[in-house]
Amino acid sequence: MTRKLLLDKVNVEGIAGYDVYRKNGGYRSVEKALKTMSPDEVVEEVKKSGLRGRGGAGFPTGMKWSFLAKPEGVPRHLLCNADESEPGTFKDRYLMEKIPHLLIEGMIVSSFALGANQSYIYIRGEYMYVLRILEKAIAEAYANGWLGKNILGTGYDLDLSVTPGAGAYICGEETALIESLEGKRGNPRIKPPFPAVKGLWQRPTVVNNVETIAAVVPIVNDGGEEYAKIGIGRSTGTKLISAGGNINKPGVYEIEMNITVEEFIYSDTYCGGIKNGKRLKACVPGGSSVPILPHYLVCKTAAGEDRLMTYESLADGGFATGSMLGSGGFIVYDEDQCIVRNTWNFTRFYHHESCGQCSPCREGTGWMEKVLHRLEYGHGKMEDINLLWDIQRKIEGNTICPLGDAAAWPVAAAIRHFREEFEWHVNEPKACMERNYGLVTEKTFETATA
Amino acid sequence: MSETTHSQVSFSDELLKEVNRVIGQFPEGKQKSALIRVLHIAQAEFGWLSVPVMDYVARLLHIQPIEVYEVATFYSMYDTKPVGKVKLEVCRTGPCMIEGAEKIVKYIEDKLGIQDGETTADGIFTLKTVECLGACGYAPMLQAGEKYHEHLTEAKVDELIEAYRKNPVANYMGQESNLNTAKS
Repeated sequence: MTRKLLLDKVNVEGIAGYDVYRKNGGYRSVEKALKTMSPDEVVEEVKKSGLRGRGGAGFPTGMKWSFLAKPEGVPRHLLCNADESEPGTFKDRYLMEKIPHLLIEGMIVSSFALGANQSYIYIRGEYMYVLRILEKAIAEAYANGWLGKNILGTGYDLDLSVTPGAGAYICGEETALIESLEGKRGNPRIKPPFPAVKGLWQRPTVVNNVETIAAVVPIVNDGGEEYAKIGIGRSTGTKLISAGGNINKPGVYEIEMNITVEEFIYSDTYCGGIKNGKRLKACVPGGSSVPILPHYLVCKTAAGEDRLMTYESLADGGFATGSMLGSGGFIVYDEDQCIVRNTWNFTRFYHHESCGQCSPCREGTGWMEKVLHRLEYGHGKMEDINLLWDIQRKIEGNTICPLGDAAAWPVAAAIRHFREEFEWHVNEPKACMERNYGLVTEKTFETATA
Repeated sequence: MSETTHSQVSFSDELLKEVNRVIGQFPEGKQKSALIRVLHIAQAEFGWLSVPVMDYVARLLHIQPIEVYEVATFYSMYDTKPVGKVKLEVCRTGPCMIEGAEKIVKYIEDKLGIQDGETTADGIFTLKTVECLGACGYAPMLQAGEKYHEHLTEAKVDELIEAYRKNPVANYMGQESNLNTAKS
């Protein structure tokens, strides 16, 4: 049976309220950390746990924390990134709505570890009703002495509030988030300086994803070593996966990072297989920005090994034959789905969400959207496919923030694995409007780039 | 809907109290951080963000009007033109498209006789397609005010349009949780 560390109590009646949460062991980690541990000891446990950022990048959390500058007399801040906007991802919303006190508990322990006395949860504006759930939970935490001055008589002070965005994917990028929290447009900053040195109001700042901060609670309760026992290799602990697309059981699942992709898609514990008895065509395992995998690379790696739901295994083969765990936004496509249409849809998203600061992204995303639109609607030319390849290569790595990369990767992967489907759109413009190409045939991996 | 600006702009005492609570979440001198929240409050109160509304917000926060304009025009949730009382914001991205978002949009367009981005003549509904709202497992979906309507069908769209037509208040605050669909 899979161990659950974050969602184990999620179905307990009334767990969103303080009393039930507390009765079920809530806020134990705050008692333990504040009364028996030093801040550095908490950081040490997080390092031992091997916890990696759950927002998408997978950077080791303990290491990120250890980079935080601590100049004398300058306040530091912990910001929680609840700007969940990566298409395919809805796990943080689920966690915050179902068990809001877990995030607040994690914020208290993490803020203590970092020596922050004023922390913020930045939540996307569309989740306004979740903001209200969090505000209610924060008020309960204040009323019960877990926030405010001199928490548990230990002399540690912490103020926590939640503040909204207003509709901008880019604010999930940490420096854009900081800009937005300062009441500005969400334009990412040039790094360095990194937020760990100059972040919110030019003060040392750590930005962590909702799920990352929640995971600190079981790490403090049970110890980093216990946490690290779950999973495989550098993919330790559990991960929330948001499963959507053509599957029987969409939803949020907490998995131990050791199960196979095959089990995740086909077992009744998780996705329950492809809907309507269709065949699997493709999968985007980590949110819209990660490379799409054709059916023959979803459950097996190019070397023929079972692919696992881990950072390493999903990335096995690099971008040539692999993808990324990303944010855990797991989108499954059946044989009726059109890859060109899907790529156009994603590219329209990135064009819409580009902040406009860097020309490769601002111009390139719109250009790709137009080219993909004409391919999808039967007006494409064969050279458009190479043109797309060329544009995405000129975006990747040439922008201030990773939105450019996020826009380039899905286009590159779609052409790499589904070039025949793009060609079919050019050759059969009428047919492509009426029906779909079907499964991509198995092919060698070298044909990818032109 | 016919109004093209606001002549009388001021918050009630209750809203001013809320604004001050929000400002109080930030350190002295960092009141600009309250801007995004205060614009949400202003939009809920006045329907949309006209220049007089934005200027009022600038005065409340002791910042320059341009600092408000540039934020109001950057974020997709803000309306700098008049909109209907109920905005039907249909997610069109990835998983929602797979599950039939385009059909839902077309259905609403036909039913209300408006296109994406337009408002009905009676000023009640505005239809808007939006990017991913984080409901991919419960697609297709739309947001009206703060409420998420998920697993949409044509019948469900009929129902909710009927309900909003009778009681066109989607932009209210303090709504209770509405998601109970996910399995864990």
